Amino acid sequence: MNSGMGPVLQVYNLSKRFTLHLRGGLQLPVLDGLSFTVNAGECVALVGPSGRGKSTVMKCLYGSYAASSGELWFTPRARSRIDLAKASAQEWIALRRTDIAYVSQFLRVLPRVPTLDVVAHAWLDAQPTTALDDDIAIGEAHQAALGQARRHAADLLARLNIPKALWALPPATFSGGEQQRVNIARGWMQPARLLLLDEPTASLDAVNRGVVVDLIREAKIAGCAVVGIFHDEEVRAAVAERCIAFP
Amino acid sequence: MLIDATVANADAVLEAHSVSYRFGSAQADRWAVRDASFALYPGEVLAIVGESGSGKTTLLRALAGRLAPNSGRVIYRTQDGTALDVHALSERERRLLARTEWGFVEQHASDGLRMNVSAGANIGERLMGQGERQYAALRTTGTHWMQRVELDAARIDDSPRQFSGGMRQRLQIARNLVTRPRLVLMDEPTSGLDVSVQARLLDLLRELVTRMQLCAVIVTHDLGVARLLAQRTVVMRDGRIVEQGLTDRVLDDPQDAYTQLLVSSVVNA
Repeated sequence: MNSGMGPVLQVYNLSKRFTLHLRGGLQLPVLDGLSFTVNAGECVALVGPSGRGKSTVMKCLYGSYAASSGELWFTPRARSRIDLAKASAQEWIALRRTDIAYVSQFLRVLPRVPTLDVVAHAWLDAQPTTALDDDIAIGEAHQAALGQARRHAADLLARLNIPKALWALPPATFSGGEQQRVNIARGWMQPARLLLLDEPTASLDAVNRGVVVDLIREAKIAGCAVVGIFHDEEVRAAVAERCIAFP
Repeated sequence: MLIDATVANADAVLEAHSVSYRFGSAQADRWAVRDASFALYPGEVLAIVGESGSGKTTLLRALAGRLAPNSGRVIYRTQDGTALDVHALSERERRLLARTEWGFVEQHASDGLRMNVSAGANIGERLMGQGERQYAALRTTGTHWMQRVELDAARIDDSPRQFSGGMRQRLQIARNLVTRPRLVLMDEPTSGLDVSVQARLLDLLRELVTRMQLCAVIVTHDLGVARLLAQRTVVMRDGRIVEQGLTDRVLDDPQDAYTQLLVSSVVNA
């Protein structure tokens, strides 16, 4: 077990460039030789103007982008250290279920699924699958797990001040701030080891910014390592131990 | 036919090894599927995307044992870990597999349903094939599955001809899942449906896949469907797999020139 306070993430010489084949193979260098470390219980903020590659770092750390070169050593809670830059699709799928959570700026979900279940699914995905033989047992186990997941989801949605009347509705018609809070609730459903936050408070009011600050502090106390982009300087000052500048 | 365990990937449920297929009427160098290789792991949904004529449906039919590849192998691992070479099985063995451990959802529900018998009989057919003969039990299961795919159970005696496209597709899914297959192959299951019907079907598929811990291969030209349902995606062009990997990586950071074109051609995927 790696529940100590040591490094959770060690980034060495991360580079990312895009090759645009539709533009005659144009090379677009975005990151060049970035290195940093994030310890358990620590929050590191990526700071700088738009377009400098902050979100690209997040996407490389979540696997949505392939790192062009460099090493991304990650220490999960219950597994051995792994270089994310070389992780297989199967390893990513497993890590995303239980160890790495990403709160992006956009909520992308199946249409027509109620908000409560959109959030609950994030917890269900993190549960180990049990091999059950008969249909009724599977149905019952699923119902029990879903009930538990919905209770967790309800707690988080309530804490993030999403009115209960909205829980049964799909989030597609919600305001930007509401969608963002649904996204945050999803990110907090599993006790992640690495939490990636891309502008989690961008369209939130002061009360809800305060809730998110509290959630981030609690995650850190639980031993989570946080990498965040926070344009709100107050929020950044409240949660981040260190900043990495993207000039 | 049993496979030497060392050849196959012990974790995979389904594997394609250099599968190639050429239609009998095609020119010697016109391959519908060329050298397609990938693996499918337990609990995983894999999307095969590409434009019309890229070979995705042909590949799916080769995986299902419905088309015999000119070269390459398809290996299926049963619940007890036995690796089977799908195309080396006898026709009888392959049919048994297709009726018990596999499901196949056709793009056009009328191709996958028996249109001349009732909805309930459609659901009961695979169970009868497995030896269930009791009318009451078949009826109960039929009703249960009508509800599970959100069809009105009171319509169990209706012909699928009286159903809408979305309802037929639900019925086809129920008919396939009633025997709890481990692997479901789906050919454009949501195309041709109204957008609202499509959304509900996607939600149903996600629920069933999670709940029954199915493996699924879903052929779709809709990158949005791939993003929402599949953890991994395979991109095909001119019969070849040009790129495969995590769905969001394939869609957000495509490496291949054709995938970049495909992704950039979509309105708001």
